[in-house]
Amino acid sequence: MKILVPLKRVADPDNANKIKINAGKVDTTGLEWKPNPFDEYAVESALRLTENGTNTKARLGEVVVVTFGPKDAETTLRAALATGADRAIRVDTTDDALDGDLVARALKALVEKEKPDLVLCGKQQVEGDSNQVGQLLAEYLGWPQATFAGSIKSEDDKALLVGREVDGGTLNLRVTLPAVVSVDLRIVNPNGVKSKHTPATHAYPEGVRFAALMAIMAAKKKPLAEMKLADLAADANLKVKYGASEMPPKRAAGVKVKTVQELVQKLKAEAKVL
Amino acid sequence: MSNTLVVAELHEGKVRKSTHSAIAFAKQAGAPFSILVLGATAKAAAAELTGFGAAKILAAEDASLANYVCERFAPTVAAVAKSGGFDTVVVTASSYGKDLAPRVAAKLGAGYAPDINQVKVDGGKRVYRRPTFAGNAYAFCEIATPVHVVSVRQTEFAAAEPSGGASPIEAVAVAPADAAASRVEFVSLEQGKSERPDLGEARVVVSGGRAIKEKFAEVLDPLANLLGAAVGASRAACDAGYAPPELQVGQTGRVVAPQLYIAIGISGAIQHLAGMKGSKVIVAINKDPEAPIYQIADYGLVADLFTAVPELVAELKKQA
Repeated sequence: MKILVPLKRVADPDNANKIKINAGKVDTTGLEWKPNPFDEYAVESALRLTENGTNTKARLGEVVVVTFGPKDAETTLRAALATGADRAIRVDTTDDALDGDLVARALKALVEKEKPDLVLCGKQQVEGDSNQVGQLLAEYLGWPQATFAGSIKSEDDKALLVGREVDGGTLNLRVTLPAVVSVDLRIVNPNGVKSKHTPATHAYPEGVRFAALMAIMAAKKKPLAEMKLADLAADANLKVKYGASEMPPKRAAGVKVKTVQELVQKLKAEAKVL
Repeated sequence: MSNTLVVAELHEGKVRKSTHSAIAFAKQAGAPFSILVLGATAKAAAAELTGFGAAKILAAEDASLANYVCERFAPTVAAVAKSGGFDTVVVTASSYGKDLAPRVAAKLGAGYAPDINQVKVDGGKRVYRRPTFAGNAYAFCEIATPVHVVSVRQTEFAAAEPSGGASPIEAVAVAPADAAASRVEFVSLEQGKSERPDLGEARVVVSGGRAIKEKFAEVLDPLANLLGAAVGASRAACDAGYAPPELQVGQTGRVVAPQLYIAIGISGAIQHLAGMKGSKVIVAINKDPEAPIYQIADYGLVADLFTAVPELVAELKKQA
């Protein structure tokens, strides 16, 4: 199975409460770049789908990662290569020049060149929180979509049984490849992904894999191609234009209560919610 | 702009309350608006929506729409939007709306504003405000295409109330499914069974973290029952298997904004706060006085939850 995984770097999501707004622009100074967590889960899922679980060095297929960004966004690609992806592509551009629709249109052109069986992506990137590229791409390709996947079972490398995390439960879909699948966080549970090559009893460690030092060194030699956005999307017009950002209203500082009795009294008399 | 198509969401043949938030958006955006209901029993469900002041309730009824599959629903939404001359298509940003809206936008060549929490008109242009960076910033955007597709955050658009009148129900044709529909098969929908109110709609939410361990139900149920509350959980509690995944509140899971949110043994990771910091009153019970949840809690009680929660139940009973 050949899998294409789009990746994006984001300002450290665990410190997103430290962002500032300067002159209407989000300022992430001081925050490290990290791979978008849902994209990391997509890479991990792609690796699990293309191996037998016991020998993670033998890739049964190909995993290609792609990012849209400037030269230094290649760090994110190299990190994915170090964990096991085979090849990387960087489409040279900047965030300001993109919206989700343009990314999806460019990915469509890339899919037509690369011809993967599956596009695996994160359900959303945690800066814009838009949750749209997978769905847009599926429509542009005329492919089925399975979003917010909490589990993927590869039945015969031609069809996937996908457990979608929906409000109130799990919606199970069977999609025949080629398809677009976007992943949610539980996909990296020990039994989130089962490739047809993985023994039924195999359980992965929780979460995404880490690269060994040797693999990090070796990843520097893996192929990384550069493309221009214009090569993939002739029309660079954006459908959605972002203006200023602002800070959300701050919650007023609360109080600590000493006893349960005081809490109940305050909820009744002060907050009036009981 | 002034002709909005609201896409209703059905669950087991009934209109989901989430639909009322999309209607609230349509009312703010300005009349007229119509509501599209898709499903195997769309006409019967449409009758639930005739009292909200819509120009028409459009019912796309077909056995092929019995279960939600995007590749079967999106073509009809796009076809109705086109033939009816609608310039805005709105759906509530539930898991259904988030899956459906982008595919509809792509079909219409329309820009999509996801998960908005406010709409206003500025200099003749409609400006959408939406939470970004896990709710740590609000971004403003405009859509440059003639048609807009929008999903609205349920907690930020208070459910529209019936306003009287009797909107006519009109049957609309079901468009042919996408070619891709032949490669998607609905297998099943597994749902948690609960007598409690839906997390997205409850007035009170009692939420538990990993600290409760195996005693999740034992500790939380008496309090939730007493308050008529929905039960929520942190990611850590779900991942550890103490609570089922559908209870998760946060960036993954549900976004809630009840009158009262009681966080029990929850430290307050950014991804959890993203799903509940719009709550009117937040109470935190945690034995770690440094837990980040206290930075946003209105009332904090630093205590061992295993003694504090039963005490809270007893105190509430005493005062009832």
